[in-house]
Amino acid sequence: MSSARRARDGARPPIRLLRNLSSKLAAIPMVLVGLGVFVGGTIWTIVHSFTDSRLLPRLNWVGFDQYERLWSTRRWLVSIENLAVYGIVSLVLTMCLGFFLAALLDRKIRFEDTFRTIFLYPFALSFIVTGLVWQWILNPDFGIQSVIRGLGFSGFNFDPLYNPDLVIIGLLIAGLWQGTGLIMVIMLAGLRGIDEDIWKATRVDGIPIWKTYIVVIIPMMKPVFVTALVLVTSGIVKLYDLVVAMTSGGPGISSEVPAKFVYDTLFTRQNLGQGFAASTMMLVTVAIILIPWAYMQYREKRQ
Amino acid sequence: MTAVTPRGAKPQKALSPRNIMLYGALVIFSLYYLLPLYVMIVTSLKDMAEIRVGNIFSAPVEITFQPWVKAWSQACTGINCDGLSRGFWNSVRILIPSLIISVSVAALTGYVLACWRFKGSEVFFGILLLGAFIPYQVLLYPLVIILRELGLFGSLWGLVLVHTVFAMPINVLLFRNYFVALPEELFKAARVDGAGFWGIFFRIVIPMSLPIFVVSGIIQVTGIWNDFLFGVVYTRPENYPMTVQLNNIVNSVQGVKEYNVNMAATLLTGLVPLVVYFFSGKLFIRGIAAGAVKG
Repeated sequence: MSSARRARDGARPPIRLLRNLSSKLAAIPMVLVGLGVFVGGTIWTIVHSFTDSRLLPRLNWVGFDQYERLWSTRRWLVSIENLAVYGIVSLVLTMCLGFFLAALLDRKIRFEDTFRTIFLYPFALSFIVTGLVWQWILNPDFGIQSVIRGLGFSGFNFDPLYNPDLVIIGLLIAGLWQGTGLIMVIMLAGLRGIDEDIWKATRVDGIPIWKTYIVVIIPMMKPVFVTALVLVTSGIVKLYDLVVAMTSGGPGISSEVPAKFVYDTLFTRQNLGQGFAASTMMLVTVAIILIPWAYMQYREKRQ
Repeated sequence: MTAVTPRGAKPQKALSPRNIMLYGALVIFSLYYLLPLYVMIVTSLKDMAEIRVGNIFSAPVEITFQPWVKAWSQACTGINCDGLSRGFWNSVRILIPSLIISVSVAALTGYVLACWRFKGSEVFFGILLLGAFIPYQVLLYPLVIILRELGLFGSLWGLVLVHTVFAMPINVLLFRNYFVALPEELFKAARVDGAGFWGIFFRIVIPMSLPIFVVSGIIQVTGIWNDFLFGVVYTRPENYPMTVQLNNIVNSVQGVKEYNVNMAATLLTGLVPLVVYFFSGKLFIRGIAAGAVKG
């Protein structure tokens, strides 16, 4: 914008580099973080994923060996599968539930602030707190299972955290509890941005409310959905604390996730090359999700 | 004079089927969201005997604050038995410098990007924003090396630096977008009066931008307090923040599990962000909405 002009209004120092000097000095942290940490760190990790570093990083090339070993490690395969299952289910449910709650709140209800506060407060809590509370509620000896058995249903079984087949459901219950409020707030902001006249028009035409949402409102909110999608996915890839707090990856390795695999490989098993290869795979995953999105944003801006 | 005709939507009966379904759904979902908070509170106020025989959802028969006292000052992690208070004070000592430094750096950078662009500044901004999407795991080890080279590895200041680094993308974006919208005439007038880069920043921009400082502060307080990963990686056990210590207390395999103490400890750890949330209200939502448009 005109800020460049604004900066040039002053007298020009003779040397180009010294022009606008305070501003350049103040930008040093940004440059250091951007180039030094984000770009430099990423390149460093990718480069070292092609080495046989173990306890200490070293540049002894082994090509794609680390990746081959990674993809034949059962724990990594389980991690990826868990992330895929958790990711897809949590994505779909978070979006549906988030939109549904936002739509409920948008029906000009009373106590809107109260309900919104209730739906959103878990988002202020850490994944550790979230995981520990749900671990307690899902405790088979004291929690939901025991309460329902106490009501007379003695055959009732619900112990997801101790059942390798169901453990992802346990994580999902807790993850959705923590994260849906955020998406609800974003969806609500989107709904509030929709012109009141559209609602009037559909009412005049006699279209039922649920149909209006599906046929008219949701297509209009595409950018909001895309933002929410990107937000949820980048959160899912980071999934770590919740697993540590709730299951520590168990029972066995049945709830391992890639972020935990990387941490354990780097810092407990001290197999650096393997850890770098795994984290590079995480980066690739994010890139696969983000590049189409960035491309879409770019095209929309140009139109 | 014109006749008064009724305006607006037709008033609805309070107990229409539509309202029953609407509020019914809202109440049912509220139960799901409130249940864990309720369970945490009641469990932390019971003694272990009552927990063993009773129902997890029932209110305490005899209220005891002993679990809270124990969680705060006696709960054990490994060999230390001085409770969660150690983690609390560690978190406070991490939070305050991290908050001040990360918000200041982000505000200053946002100011540069909004008002004093130079050749290449937009490129650096783009790189910074991309950084928001890099999984932390990719940067964990490079940061270990950077901190070790700086002699900060394991210290509180190392962790402060890490929080500042990862706070930059989103908070810089926040400040930049806010500062861009400030009226340009102000800057021109200040330039005419001879104010320079720092003069404009301290005497014009900061006093006009208190709301965005609060929003950024809220994002940072909850983010830093709730952090677990960086705390584990970049500090030594004696400096562990509260979340890490909480996890160690609750998930420790030694000894008899004291669920009431665990829940008191969990609630204590969640208290700081909860208080921030309940008192900041709309600003918290604004902070989230700002976070949502990142990228």
